[in-house]
Amino acid sequence: MTAAKKVQIATVAPKVHVSLGAVDKEFAQPGRPGEIVHALGPVDLDLRQGEFFAVVGPSGCGKSTLLELVAGLSTATRGEVAFEGRPIHGRIPDGIGVVFQEDASFPWLSVHDNIAFGLRRMKIDRAERERRIGVALDMMGLSAFARSFPAQLSGGMRQRVCIARTLVTEPRLILLDEPFGALDQQTRLLMGDEVLNLWRKTGATVLLITHSLDEAALLADRIGVMSARPGRLIDIVETGWPRDRDSRIAQEEAFGAITARLWRLLRGESLKAMGKVGGET
Amino acid sequence: MKRATLWRIGLLAAAVAGLEILCLAGAIDRLTMQPPHRMAVDLVRLLAGGALNAAILKTLGNAALAVVIAMVVGVAAAVALHRLPSFRRLLDPLFATYYAVPMFAFYPLLVVLFGLGDTPQIFIGAMLAVVAVIVNTLNGLDRIPKVLLKTARVNRLSPWETAVRITLPCAAPYILGAAKLAVAYALIGIIGAEFIMSTSGMGYEISYAYTNFDNATMYPLIILILAVSIAVNTLLARWERALMVRRGLA
Repeated sequence: MTAAKKVQIATVAPKVHVSLGAVDKEFAQPGRPGEIVHALGPVDLDLRQGEFFAVVGPSGCGKSTLLELVAGLSTATRGEVAFEGRPIHGRIPDGIGVVFQEDASFPWLSVHDNIAFGLRRMKIDRAERERRIGVALDMMGLSAFARSFPAQLSGGMRQRVCIARTLVTEPRLILLDEPFGALDQQTRLLMGDEVLNLWRKTGATVLLITHSLDEAALLADRIGVMSARPGRLIDIVETGWPRDRDSRIAQEEAFGAITARLWRLLRGESLKAMGKVGGET
Repeated sequence: MKRATLWRIGLLAAAVAGLEILCLAGAIDRLTMQPPHRMAVDLVRLLAGGALNAAILKTLGNAALAVVIAMVVGVAAAVALHRLPSFRRLLDPLFATYYAVPMFAFYPLLVVLFGLGDTPQIFIGAMLAVVAVIVNTLNGLDRIPKVLLKTARVNRLSPWETAVRITLPCAAPYILGAAKLAVAYALIGIIGAEFIMSTSGMGYEISYAYTNFDNATMYPLIILILAVSIAVNTLLARWERALMVRRGLA
């Protein structure tokens, strides 16, 4: 490759992996015909190929709704969501992995078989499947529990099973809906490091929904800050972290500055979400 | 062995021993009931003689067929109804009142429709069992966490794959509960039908022995039906319990 070409590639704008154009989501109120709740939007957002994007916002602002729209689990009332240039329209595209907030482990399968679930569907040959499962078990600290069933594990361990089950399929877009909520603080930090590690290795794009400002500041390249319902993006904070990072950046001065900025942006919105009209007190 | 199990066995043994004493002492006359040891001896003699093997095989075979039909139709109907909530709402009152219908009243109609062979008996056994299977399976399907169904969608499973790989395995303990009921209802249906209008089968043989005061045949057959029903039920209950324990539910 010539030097000129290299420069050209380096200056090319990052490719858009997921795009949301003027996306709105409204829900009908169950049992109250005619009453509509405006949950989200309008939201305009481009996720760059291979970036780690976090979304923070007050409770009930539509963060999880946003994730469901991107996953194709729900359809936008207005606007368009596209993954790799193709509109989603409520159809789940290939190459997406989702880790939910709730325990989604299959109680009838062992830890090993839970992790193998997606790989078996992808018809990956046995040797490769076992290799990936072995790596995932090791990474998640579950090697000694491969033959255990989810009911024999703690809530945090079950969530690690779900994370492993999603990550072993090596999705091109990883959607994380508050996946570390059930974990203790130390495990959250370590799991965050593992997700960062995997993100670096696979080059996947990650969308993380979290209520933890620290978690967003620690993991993401960019953080979308959402308003109270109906959730809109009120700002996008660039963290400026190098790609090769881990939880030790929590000791850096910039980390405190990022979380402080996020809180400045969110405080008013959180008060609004709590019903304190006007935001500031 | 658990204390409760020991107590259960002890109470059962005491009841049998009490019956034995009452029969041997003549408090219960031989025409009404044989002593339990005599029933056991007669049962061994009956099975070893082989004279009623055809009747036993016919009844148990038909009951097994009725259970299979009820399970296949019941589970499939439950899966379909679970996906069609408005249709389910329509049928729910029928399920709730189903067992108020005296099914055997329709037996003559079934004979007209299906003839005098085994078919009406199998039909009545399956009909008695199927709604218990539907209701129990629906109960299990209702308890599937929504997040598992979302996981199925994210994994792009077809409706068939979702049923086979997610919903049915998740509802398995409830489906086993349904199987236990299906076995009981199918046996009731088939033996009842054989009593009413049949020329073969265990129900017919019990009825025939009863009208001929043949206690040496009647009681062993009743014990055999009890033994088969309890054995199958216990096996299914153990399996159900193993699944519940694995899931931390027992």
